[in-house]
Amino acid sequence: MTGNTFYSDKTLEHFRNPHNYGEIKNADGIGSAGNIVCGDVMSLYLVVKKNKGKEVIKEVKFKTYGCAAAIATSSAITDLVKGKTIDEALRISKKDIVDFLAGLPPIKIHCSLLAVDALGEAIFQYLVSRKRPVPEILAKKHERIEREKKEINERYKKWMQVKGK
Amino acid sequence: MKKNIYLDYAATTPVDPRVLKSMFPYFSLRFGNTASGHNLGREAAIILDRSRQEIADFINAEKKEIYFTGSATESNNLVLKGIAFANRTKKNHLIVSEIEHDCILESSRWLQKQGFKITFLPVDRYGLVSLEDLEKAMTPQTALVSIIHGNNEIGTVQDIASIGRLCRERKIYFHTDASQSFGKISIDVRRDFIDLLTASSHKIYGPKGAALLFVRSGTAIEPILHGGGHENRLRSSTVNLPAVVGFAKAVEILKKEGKEEDKRLTRLRDYLINAILKNIKGTHLNGHPKKRLNNNINISFASVEGESLMIELDLHNILVSTGSACSSNTLMPSHVLMAIGLKPEEAHGSLRISLGRFTKKSDLDYFIKILPKIVDRLRQISPFKI
Repeated sequence: MTGNTFYSDKTLEHFRNPHNYGEIKNADGIGSAGNIVCGDVMSLYLVVKKNKGKEVIKEVKFKTYGCAAAIATSSAITDLVKGKTIDEALRISKKDIVDFLAGLPPIKIHCSLLAVDALGEAIFQYLVSRKRPVPEILAKKHERIEREKKEINERYKKWMQVKGK
Repeated sequence: MKKNIYLDYAATTPVDPRVLKSMFPYFSLRFGNTASGHNLGREAAIILDRSRQEIADFINAEKKEIYFTGSATESNNLVLKGIAFANRTKKNHLIVSEIEHDCILESSRWLQKQGFKITFLPVDRYGLVSLEDLEKAMTPQTALVSIIHGNNEIGTVQDIASIGRLCRERKIYFHTDASQSFGKISIDVRRDFIDLLTASSHKIYGPKGAALLFVRSGTAIEPILHGGGHENRLRSSTVNLPAVVGFAKAVEILKKEGKEEDKRLTRLRDYLINAILKNIKGTHLNGHPKKRLNNNINISFASVEGESLMIELDLHNILVSTGSACSSNTLMPSHVLMAIGLKPEEAHGSLRISLGRFTKKSDLDYFIKILPKIVDRLRQISPFKI
């Protein structure tokens, strides 16, 4: 490693050798977050298995378009959720990811939200597809993400109209 | 530590060893203040005068028309604010292009807040200003047109002589920010109808902390720094003589070597552009293919984000720059790339590679060997297909 003082060594390591990237066919839950206008997009795939009566995240993969921090936080969250129960996974915060990566530059902290959002969306989709109750906090989060997507699509449309004149 | 391959000459250049050598005497030995009346001061004033002449000759200006400042940002601030305020009783309108450097755009927005009217002139997909649009934007109240000569991001070079002629006909001052083009493209302020011009030392292998503003004699301009009346009352501040001496030496070197270097850099530039476009799928060149700075390459890579490309190249000790949002403090993609009509994903996936005096073909060969692997790897992680 060279002396890149901007990112921690751990972040650079996850960026260069990300864990669990790829797609899962027939995943139990797929979540996506971010948008191309802002320059980062993440998809997260989950496989959930029952283990002693508890639902455990057995497999997890991601695909991310984004900066080095977006890729490193994507890799980090897959490490953090693997083997966790759904409830435990839902408790993973931005701070857990930042700590796991031994810190992120302040301007890059928002990248860790991308990973948390994608995970939340994957779990949301998993629960909904099985017609299971969705915790209120997760439902609210889903609403916020949907709202943001809509707003940005509107902005994008306007922008492309202006530019395409 | 591994040796860096520096491909970011548009950001700044290393000081040429000959320039550095020329500066040494002016730090501790001949350190006088150019405004002092004693022999050390007089000596400093003579050296300052000589440096001014060296640079004036380079762009066919009069010596007294060259004003030294601390940075291109300062020169550009001085032009916009100085012209706006000096002419405001008769004229309150300024025209700038959408692809100016931030220091022009931010100065313009500040002037807007002070009540001046600003037109931000759009450009075509290559980044060229249209003379027709410019003419339409001109009003009897227009005091100044400021158009960047060679764009710092996409390298597009404007036809400043035609723009200058149009401005002269309409009795509107014409300023060009030549920070990137100075020393790369021949500039003659008389031939090109230029009233004001910005150039910077650290882009031409001189030290940081010195820049110039050419102001044609008779131009109405107010200072923004008031004080002891240095630089013919336009820019008060003790003159940074070592930096100015270095600036002048850098110009002297360009006079001798600029033409040959232009040919060499143009060859290297086109070699690298072709190699990237040929070897990597989903790439396109931003900016004009021909009307282009001799050292600028700006390429968008489909499905890959520019900051991640830049960081991984950095880990390979190859230093470039990007117009992606993730590398900026505003988290918005580059205004220049947006102005030429790139889609967000194209703007985010851009790299600026800028060559210079110490770039060798072998550096580019190494770069073109590494780059496809990095792009491939990041595309494998990306959810988008090319």
